[in-house]
Amino acid sequence: MSVAVSRRAAIPRPLIFGGVILAASLILAIFPALFAPYDPNAFDYAALLQAPSGTHLMGTDNFGRDVLSRVIHAYTIDMQIAIFATVFPFLIGTVIGALVGYIGGFAETLFGRVVDAVITFPFLVLVIAIVSILGPGLMNMYIAVGVVGWVFYARIIAAEVKVQKRLDYADAGRAMGYTHLRIIFRHLLPNAITPAVVYWMTDMALAILLGSSLGYLGLGAQPPAAEWGVQIADGKNFMATAWWISVFPGLAIVLTGLGFSLTGDGLAEVLRTKK
Amino acid sequence: MKTVLDVRNLTTRFAGPSGALVAVNDVSFSLGEREILGLVGESGSGKSVTLRSLIRLLPSMAGQSGEVIWQGRDILNMSPKDLKAVRGGQISMIFQEPTTALNPVLPIGLQIDENLRAHTKLTHRERLIRARELMDLVGIPEAARRLSEYPHQFSGGMKQRAMIAIALASNPRLLLADEPTTALDVTIQDQILKLILDLRDELAMSVIFVTHDLGVVAATCDRMAVMYAGRIVETGTVADVFAQPMHAYTRGLLGSVPRVGTERSPLMSIEGTPPSLSAIPQGCAFHPRCDFATEICRATQPDTKMLAAEHQVACHNSLAVVKTGSPVR
Repeated sequence: MSVAVSRRAAIPRPLIFGGVILAASLILAIFPALFAPYDPNAFDYAALLQAPSGTHLMGTDNFGRDVLSRVIHAYTIDMQIAIFATVFPFLIGTVIGALVGYIGGFAETLFGRVVDAVITFPFLVLVIAIVSILGPGLMNMYIAVGVVGWVFYARIIAAEVKVQKRLDYADAGRAMGYTHLRIIFRHLLPNAITPAVVYWMTDMALAILLGSSLGYLGLGAQPPAAEWGVQIADGKNFMATAWWISVFPGLAIVLTGLGFSLTGDGLAEVLRTKK
Repeated sequence: MKTVLDVRNLTTRFAGPSGALVAVNDVSFSLGEREILGLVGESGSGKSVTLRSLIRLLPSMAGQSGEVIWQGRDILNMSPKDLKAVRGGQISMIFQEPTTALNPVLPIGLQIDENLRAHTKLTHRERLIRARELMDLVGIPEAARRLSEYPHQFSGGMKQRAMIAIALASNPRLLLADEPTTALDVTIQDQILKLILDLRDELAMSVIFVTHDLGVVAATCDRMAVMYAGRIVETGTVADVFAQPMHAYTRGLLGSVPRVGTERSPLMSIEGTPPSLSAIPQGCAFHPRCDFATEICRATQPDTKMLAAEHQVACHNSLAVVKTGSPVR
């Protein structure tokens, strides 16, 4: 018994590291002004392209803006991208996936074709195509990601619901006279949602990458906004002389992505052992 | 005895790749108030499908015909809305595997509450009181604490008790039990059987009990129906059938159960295996395995005959079977 208790109490290490990184990222995202030493958009023509030093820990860019302050303020936008670009696909995909998995038959065939259509194109290409139709900007990026992204969640949930609906408790629910909607969302979904939640964490890391890529390409957040992808693009012409403009935002992307991935792995471990 | 359930010519087919498979074939029986009917047969004889057919708990590719008359109404023709009210409210079902029949992520109390919300107009407070009552009724101690626990915190026997509590929440008049003791230890089996018997008396409900265990039938049921290849081959009171089986298959089943307290004798066995649904033999489905089979058995399906009061059998050679006597003496 004591073995079981201590095993349950042990939080997997990836979850601890990932959780700490994410918590720090969230605090920076919500209160950037508390931590940023300078105004992220203030030009300082007296200090252009300064290398990292005591006054500017990460140096300054070609307008004299403090890179550290811009990296910190970018947390607000990039964490927002991580959440908004994934939460709607997660919700929509979960509902559609649960219905498709439960109904099966025709709904499943139709959904299969949609999945085929979506996975034929690389994700980034599809999103770029939609954004270029809608026009650049964060809102349109969320829409583009939402239009494509729900399919992956729906596929995970549908497969899981299909397994769950054959178990006795689903039959027991029907034998108890419960409605189909009640059986799907109250009984099957909570048992089917774990893999989708784990995928969600990984997806947030991917969303940050995607958001930065689109920012870099000029299709996501628009300059002069402080956003990591935009910053990297800003610095690309100075790579040889002022590497710090691009490298520090790049490191921020890596660190935050790592935070989400570790949290995802840790969660997967916790939820797996619970079963 | 007042009849509560009347099943007439119930047939259930499943659409298969090579034509329809008939899992339940022309089954008729009736059930009295407070009566426990045992549905007996080997695996694959159609007893579970028969039970599920009564409340249409079948995959969508299944087709049903016949009548299931419940309180004057045919369940097979009911609207989905009426069917939902009958299921769980008037007719409840418990399953073989309590571990999988309970939802693992919801506390037991919530699962009881859910049934009460679906079928009664009780207030939140009344439902809580009722849930505690039910836990007491099925013999789960420390009801208040255990209501907030999850299925994995219950032992096998306790899970089956919890399942029964959920099934009985809205005071059903009929309990369908699909091998409810098969997955349990023998001692726990006995407790659950006693519980079902007590509840039948206390709540004045009827029970249909599917099992392959003749010991369970002898201990609990009033009447029994023996199924083979989707048909009922013999029906009668448990005492009559055990004393005088009239179908060769029933006789074989009874003879294959070891008993204590009698002289040691070789167990009878029924050679072969039950036919698959896609290849049911011509004539009487049992004839390839039957010691009494004659020419007519290979040619025509026997009608169901009433040979004694309340004792029906579908066998051409029942007189020969009767003459050989019961293997249970």
